[in-house]
Amino acid sequence: MKRRIRIGAGLLIAASSIAVAGAANDYRLDPKAVADGVYVFSGRNEHFTRDNGGNIVNTGFIVGTDAVIVIDTGPSLRYGEQQRKAIEGITRLPIRQVYLTHYHPDHYLGDAAYADASVAALPATISAIQTQGNALADNLYRLVGGWMAGTQSQPPTSQATPGTVVVGGRKLRLIAAAGHTASDLVVYDEASHTLFAGDLVFHDRAPTTPNADLLQWLDALDQIRQIDFKVLVPGHGAVVRDASAIEQTRDYLQWLSTNLHAAAEQGRDMVEVMNQPLPERFQRLAVIDEEYRRSVSHLYPAIELTTLPRR
Amino acid sequence: MSRAKAALLVCALLCASGVPAHAASTADKPVDPLNSPSWQYMRQRFLGAEPMVFDARVQVQMPSAAEDQMQVPVHVSAPGLTDVVDVLVFADLNPLPKILRYQPTSAAPDIGFRFKVEQSTPVRAAMRTRDGVWHVGGAWLRASGGGCTAPSVGTGQGLWQDRLGEMSARLWPQPQGRERLRLRMIHPMDTGLAAGIPVFHVDRIEMRAGDGRLLASLQTFEPVSENPVISVDLQHSGPVRIEAQDIQGNRFAATVTP
Repeated sequence: MKRRIRIGAGLLIAASSIAVAGAANDYRLDPKAVADGVYVFSGRNEHFTRDNGGNIVNTGFIVGTDAVIVIDTGPSLRYGEQQRKAIEGITRLPIRQVYLTHYHPDHYLGDAAYADASVAALPATISAIQTQGNALADNLYRLVGGWMAGTQSQPPTSQATPGTVVVGGRKLRLIAAAGHTASDLVVYDEASHTLFAGDLVFHDRAPTTPNADLLQWLDALDQIRQIDFKVLVPGHGAVVRDASAIEQTRDYLQWLSTNLHAAAEQGRDMVEVMNQPLPERFQRLAVIDEEYRRSVSHLYPAIELTTLPRR
Repeated sequence: MSRAKAALLVCALLCASGVPAHAASTADKPVDPLNSPSWQYMRQRFLGAEPMVFDARVQVQMPSAAEDQMQVPVHVSAPGLTDVVDVLVFADLNPLPKILRYQPTSAAPDIGFRFKVEQSTPVRAAMRTRDGVWHVGGAWLRASGGGCTAPSVGTGQGLWQDRLGEMSARLWPQPQGRERLRLRMIHPMDTGLAAGIPVFHVDRIEMRAGDGRLLASLQTFEPVSENPVISVDLQHSGPVRIEAQDIQGNRFAATVTP
């Protein structure tokens, strides 16, 4: 009976702490200017938790002459609403255009906060959101809980066309790439030389690969390396003013590909590959142990098949 | 049901399951190191009254959380444990707990495979040594739901029908006259738990030397993942003949040379 009471009390405490978190659910979004008229909201270099509410992502906005452009809208409706409020604290200009870099839930589920703006993404991103969006949102509910209240997957309202566009008096270059997912949109602001690289670039945080094609991804890094940027906003990790984050991402992806192919060629079982020690230079990347094992899960099945001849 | 009632029920269940674990500190009922609610039932079902010990040498290696519920990789091994004649792998809280049974006649008691998981569960390997004692090891796997009751990918696409039983395999020679065999078979491995899709899985895979001598034999059950990928370490050098069959009596065979 004593035991029963103790467990009951534990449940009560758990319930009340959930209620407190539910009342707050404040992402404390704080836009930082990274270039003239360009702002970034930096997320934590962590996994999804009930503590961070899914704010593990970088989003941003550009203040043009007569309107604002938003790049990615975060993991939840609440994030989108709080992001919008924070933008309105910087400028009174209307938010006319939202670009979603890709379909991963931490980057787009806040887009319902922008029902009055054009929300654009590449065609493959739109179709992925249409077919998988609800499952992705469900999964994020499980991972971060109450922060997701009211969030529903909302497909983009228009297609982003690669090339140069002028929005809100700002000249932007939209680049269609792929590799992190089947379609990754890169947004380059010509006036400030700021590159919003989406999840093609990670910085001091292990890259994620659930839908990755490593060779395409490496090609995409070559492509964006050619751009004459002064500021690079990675999808995750601190903003940089040089190519170091591109090189770090490339170094890891190249190692990952080489390592997985070598392991398969040696006949290693998947768990043995997961348990291999990582090179020292990658050990300082945030969440590397978990992400490396996830990547083995994602990528090894296809790679090992290339070493098993049909009999 | 009100929230308070639900809490009491959860509490009652927890308390009830806690009782046998505490009462079981006698020699014949060792305490489950994984503190599983269904360990006693698992033991009764799979090991019966046979003697057993929890043995840290029996290792179940896998990621702590399932990234893909349909394909959770596991590697079972027992460094330091000799004379293993029977290996049983099961997941206490899976709707179909029994995953595979491996008899390493002329092989190490090590096996790598993937399985479908429905929810967080202990995953165990029980290894019976020649003296008749079961040595049990295991670990908890975190998972959020859905592996066993989802249709296989191939069933949805109809792809397997043309390639059923197709085998891809290779041998890697190892020191001390051993070789690693890695095998992949095309088979939907349907559990029967997905609506409208009957149970259909490979149930036996035998590995034989060129002269027909049995090296190892494997029984695979519903939870083994679609298009199974198996790694084993045979005490053998040279070609291996693989013979398999599924529960509908389809037979498949292939020969692998190093």
